[in-house]
Amino acid sequence: MNLREIIKLTNGVLLTPDVETNIQISGGYGADLMSDVLAASQPGAILLTGLTNPQVVRTAEMAEFRAIIFVRGKQPQAETLLIAAQENIPLITSPLGMFELSGRLHQAGLPSFESNVPN
Amino acid sequence: MCPTRTPTRQETHGRQGRSITDHDANEINRVEELSYDLKIQEVMTVKLQTVSPEMPLSKVLEILRIHRISGVPVIEDGQLIGILSLEDIVRAMEKDELSATVSQYMTQKLITVSSHDSIVRAIQTFTESRLGRLPVIDENNKLVGMITKGDITRGILTALQKDYKEEEVRKYRASHLFEDIISDRTTLVLRYNIKAHDFTRGGNASSHIKRALLRLGADPQIARRCGIAVYEAEMNLIIHTTNGGILKLEVESHRITMSTTDDGPGIADIAQVLQPGYSTATEQVREMGFGAGMGLVNIKRCVDKMEIESTVGKGTKLVMRIHIPTENFNGRKDG
Repeated sequence: MNLREIIKLTNGVLLTPDVETNIQISGGYGADLMSDVLAASQPGAILLTGLTNPQVVRTAEMAEFRAIIFVRGKQPQAETLLIAAQENIPLITSPLGMFELSGRLHQAGLPSFESNVPN
Repeated sequence: MCPTRTPTRQETHGRQGRSITDHDANEINRVEELSYDLKIQEVMTVKLQTVSPEMPLSKVLEILRIHRISGVPVIEDGQLIGILSLEDIVRAMEKDELSATVSQYMTQKLITVSSHDSIVRAIQTFTESRLGRLPVIDENNKLVGMITKGDITRGILTALQKDYKEEEVRKYRASHLFEDIISDRTTLVLRYNIKAHDFTRGGNASSHIKRALLRLGADPQIARRCGIAVYEAEMNLIIHTTNGGILKLEVESHRITMSTTDDGPGIADIAQVLQPGYSTATEQVREMGFGAGMGLVNIKRCVDKMEIESTVGKGTKLVMRIHIPTENFNGRKDG
């Protein structure tokens, strides 16, 4: 699914105007625990999260996410935006909550990119 | 708003369900980036053929034929007053009026672009106006060049080639390190000093390490595993140490070793910290999405071998190893 389509579906606002949004997103993953993100995600997905600190972008970079959506209209710190621009990871904020966001994207055909790993 | 432009490969192919590789995505991004970076003056044609308004069309046809172009700007007293294209000449030919002058058939409604604009602006204007060429003017409204879609394509290709060469040269140099420097055993060592509680820069070292590995020609999956492991380890240094520590990457042709060393506080019961969910992290760290007691568990999952040694009051050393199955760092596939 194209990221631009995802932004429309989620009533999202793009926070990184200089980062390319015409990219393909292969799946979705939602979590607030960065270790979960690192442990159980597959590359090529979009990350839905309620956290907005710079580590979210670093985590996304390491786990090879293509974009990040902040839930419930959250706004990231300046440093977060800076790193995202540097690493070319589009940041989006959506007024919707995690459940609603996941539901909409899944219904629109975006598969879950959560891999089944034991804790 | 997104500018109007010609569809990219991704748009034409991506929506049909073909999955786009990271490599494709990079190329596409760069082309679009270039359409903003490149200025019209960098790609436009500067050596211009021009005609005067009194010139007969038969003469213009000759000029177009000799120079193999499909249109020329019309200049009077140094000012751009119109454009004459092959289509205009065809209109004249239909009426058998090749002896008519340029001024009778030229297009006077001028759509121009500025030499300082990005080429994306020209692409937009081409799409809106459906014109094949546009006069380029400077800040004093003087004609300084012409731009066609062909100029844009050439400009982007040239820039891409330059980019590609630079990255290729970097990759080539790095990936041949292990072939070009002969020893019985070559090791590349990268060290990073990590400050305690420096959350803002947390992950910077890991980001550099991952990039270095990719540049050295590491398999992307191995680079990802290393990246995740070393990132968890870097965050541990930031979260738990008294004075920070050193993050070290050692690359050899058959294995990658990553390690962290610090001088305290040290771990009393190592078996305990290895249990999933065990954590001593503060509320502040947990709010940042870390400190759930999964770091070492994650590291263990990503690497082939993990060793941890610690003495309370002295410090901790964590060593993570990943074996490279084939000669991965010579930049070629095996065989």
